[in-house]
Amino acid sequence: MTIDRKELDAAGRVRHETPPGPRTEVPAVDRVGVEHGASGSRVHLEDVKAYYGTKRVLHGITLSLEPGVVTGIIGPSGCGKSTMVRCINRMHEEVPGGRCEGRILLDEIDLNGPEVDVVGVRRAVGMVFQKPNPFPTMSILGNVLAGLRFVGVPRERRIERAEAALTDAGLWDEVKDRLSDPGVSLSGGQQQRLCIARALAVEPDVLLMDEPCSALDPAATMRIEELITQLKRRVTIALVTHNMQQAARIADVTAFMLAGELIEVGSTDRMFTDPQDERTEQYVTGRFG
Amino acid sequence: MRLRQMAVDPLGARVPNLRRRRIVNAAWIGSAWAGASIAVGLLLVVVAGVVARGIGSINPTFLTTPTDPFGSGGGISNAIVGTAILVALASAMAVPVGILTALYTSEFASRRLASGLRYVLDVLNGVPTIITGIFVFGLLVVGRSQSGWAGAAGLAIVMVPLIARSGQEVLALVPSGLREASLALGASRWRTVLRVVIPTSIGGLVTGALLAVARAAGETAPLLFTCSIFPNLVQTDPSRVLPNIPITIFQFSESPDPVKHAQAWAAALVLIAFVLAVSMVARLLSARTRRRLQELR
Amino acid sequence: MAERAVLGVHRGRQGGAGPGAHPSIGGRRRSLADRIGERGLYLLSLAAASLSVVIAGGLVAKVLAEAWPALSAFGLDFLTTSAWDPVHGRFGAAAFLFGTAVSSFGALLIATPLSILIALFLSELSPRRSRGPIAALIELLAGIPSVILGLWGILVLGPVMRDTIEPALHDTLGSIPVLGNLFGPDYSIVGMLPAIVILTIMTVPIVSSLMREIFATVPAATKEGALALGATRWEMIRTVVLPHARPGMVGAVILGLGRAVGEAIAVTQVIGGTEGIRANLFLPSDTLASRIAGQYQGATSDLQIASIAYLGAILLALALLSNGVARLWVRDAAGAAA
Repeated sequence: MTIDRKELDAAGRVRHETPPGPRTEVPAVDRVGVEHGASGSRVHLEDVKAYYGTKRVLHGITLSLEPGVVTGIIGPSGCGKSTMVRCINRMHEEVPGGRCEGRILLDEIDLNGPEVDVVGVRRAVGMVFQKPNPFPTMSILGNVLAGLRFVGVPRERRIERAEAALTDAGLWDEVKDRLSDPGVSLSGGQQQRLCIARALAVEPDVLLMDEPCSALDPAATMRIEELITQLKRRVTIALVTHNMQQAARIADVTAFMLAGELIEVGSTDRMFTDPQDERTEQYVTGRFG
Repeated sequence: MRLRQMAVDPLGARVPNLRRRRIVNAAWIGSAWAGASIAVGLLLVVVAGVVARGIGSINPTFLTTPTDPFGSGGGISNAIVGTAILVALASAMAVPVGILTALYTSEFASRRLASGLRYVLDVLNGVPTIITGIFVFGLLVVGRSQSGWAGAAGLAIVMVPLIARSGQEVLALVPSGLREASLALGASRWRTVLRVVIPTSIGGLVTGALLAVARAAGETAPLLFTCSIFPNLVQTDPSRVLPNIPITIFQFSESPDPVKHAQAWAAALVLIAFVLAVSMVARLLSARTRRRLQELR
Repeated sequence: MAERAVLGVHRGRQGGAGPGAHPSIGGRRRSLADRIGERGLYLLSLAAASLSVVIAGGLVAKVLAEAWPALSAFGLDFLTTSAWDPVHGRFGAAAFLFGTAVSSFGALLIATPLSILIALFLSELSPRRSRGPIAALIELLAGIPSVILGLWGILVLGPVMRDTIEPALHDTLGSIPVLGNLFGPDYSIVGMLPAIVILTIMTVPIVSSLMREIFATVPAATKEGALALGATRWEMIRTVVLPHARPGMVGAVILGLGRAVGEAIAVTQVIGGTEGIRANLFLPSDTLASRIAGQYQGATSDLQIASIAYLGAILLALALLSNGVARLWVRDAAGAAA
């Protein structure tokens, strides 16, 4: 199931096509602050099945995440939405017995290709988790620098990159005077923005956000939502949420999942006003189960 | 596509230091494999060494005749009988004390007291067993003589903290909902303990006791000052010095006589077989109990 | 307690008619068996718990009392004298303190990195399916009675040490200035080096299983955070697991040290039992615990018995210190993670 592009254009949400050609030729650093069009990569899942041990939890998902677009993924808990996004940066492999079948393409690159190193995948596809998980033994700055160290950014450039990432995450002004405080000394919402900054610092093409606000209060949630809207020009965003209002507020495209299947996907406006599938309608109107 | 044809990881190519990092990663994983192999290898070398050297001397006569006082020949039946009695006596003392101590901490003691008791037991567990030997020597041997009772007391002191600590951990796994359900039915606390808490955790309590038995059977140091100077005949009266396997191995290992060495290996094989068998049974039991308790939670 | 308080309030509202006014609660008397059982179980378990504490306290007191004659005769000079001369009644612990320090630190010097690797292997690096069996095998290694390790040490390890390992060490390391003195030319079946090897074998299973428990307290979310940033497994370990586990690891090593310091039997079998203070690791030496064990066949004087107990008191102090400190450390680490 792919998104009807006309429908998106009609909704006035899609900005421009990604520049064609493999992203690999564009040095990551140069893309910072590109103003024309949307940056980020297109992710295409094709008949993705995921298993934990012998139990199948995804039954063949086909879906595209478009650049410049926030794709909201909604569905009742246990429907496989977390598993699906975890497959995109292969974090599902960290769960005992986790594996996935089918193709997941980042632009033209098959993420599960034999020559692809998982480290490269995760550098290109960042992830923000449900509960803020700053590294407890590291300072605020150290948390942002950690990823830069991994990907081999030269020492002298790390600080400026970290500052840029903290600025992008809307956290710089709040923490610039206490960069050496422990990351865990921040409030929950700040911790989550620190985790976003940490993920942004390595300049990923895609950012997966797995219910990033579910542990936060409404004010902190609003800050993150604003941030997501600002970031979407820069990086392709998948937002898993159990909160339909949140999807309605910030997702451009919404995908509805149920019991390991993708039921319906389309522009958020249409999904909430004119769902095609009966189950989607029941879910978005709160009459589910 | 061009990159793909070069058989390069297209995403990896954007991580300039990936090659070096992968090598470092592989090197550490390799050393971890090596470390684990060394540890497992040592176990196999020691156990295989004992089996290879001991198996030749193991026969019915060796197991059923006492040690020959004049060197060659003879068996270790006196030591087997003595160790069995010592371990049985020590268990009879330590198992009730250990389990009751665990019950006290889990059912009656305040949080602070329980934590203090755990600490005392941990420290007692860390006391070198040779010191336990000196303690029992001063308590029961000085002014009297070595005896089976003294040896058993020494072993019991080694066992108590082991049983009590493992018991505490198992009792802590018993879901409090289960206790409350019983109390809510109007059962008194002691009936709850006897009918609900202990039956639920019995597998774990037995595991702790078995591991302590395995440990006590091989303990030498507490016996050195309390139950080590014994005659080469079968002795069943604990008020006398009971011959036992660990001290026999210890003494034979220090002898220059190759015949004694052969007997020491055979005795070691008997002991190691017992110890490993008991610990393996305990481990299987513990895995089962834990699974069951986890399901209850 | 809360239930009882609620009942009390309830009863109070009844108009203060006293117990028995509420037939279903106050009126029912507990059976005699219940009252005896309740009291009995409490008292029995209290007695058992007290007994454990009394044993711990009594042990310290008794060892000090046993050592008293030597304590009063030698005082602290005991710690700096290296003689052990029953004929002239001169006793001192200096050589054994030295031997204990060298053998324990030597063993932990080898056991610590090995244990870290094993613990990392079992908690982070190995295929999940192999973890259980390998961990069980390593714990079985901890279960081998020390007297059997000693037997193996003296009859199997000793000859290999003298004929192969010690000459090889001497040839490769013996010429290094200063450090080379550790690997001098006198090869021997018994000595410090076999003792270090045996103590290493004894401490590795303990230290590694403690460390494994500590690594297990590192939250999965933190580890996933590192992996999701593109860390390799080793980088994840280095940046989040090890820093998180550091205090607990220190505690585990100190516990291992306490174990090595206190091991008497296996060490006395392989170390050779001499009083000198010598750098050469190939030569026989002795430790506190091993000297005590070596004296079991009888002392010639009360002063000698007291001196043995004095050694025991020093050993006990070291063990309590390392254990007491390490347990607090390990527990803090585990507590902080919980």
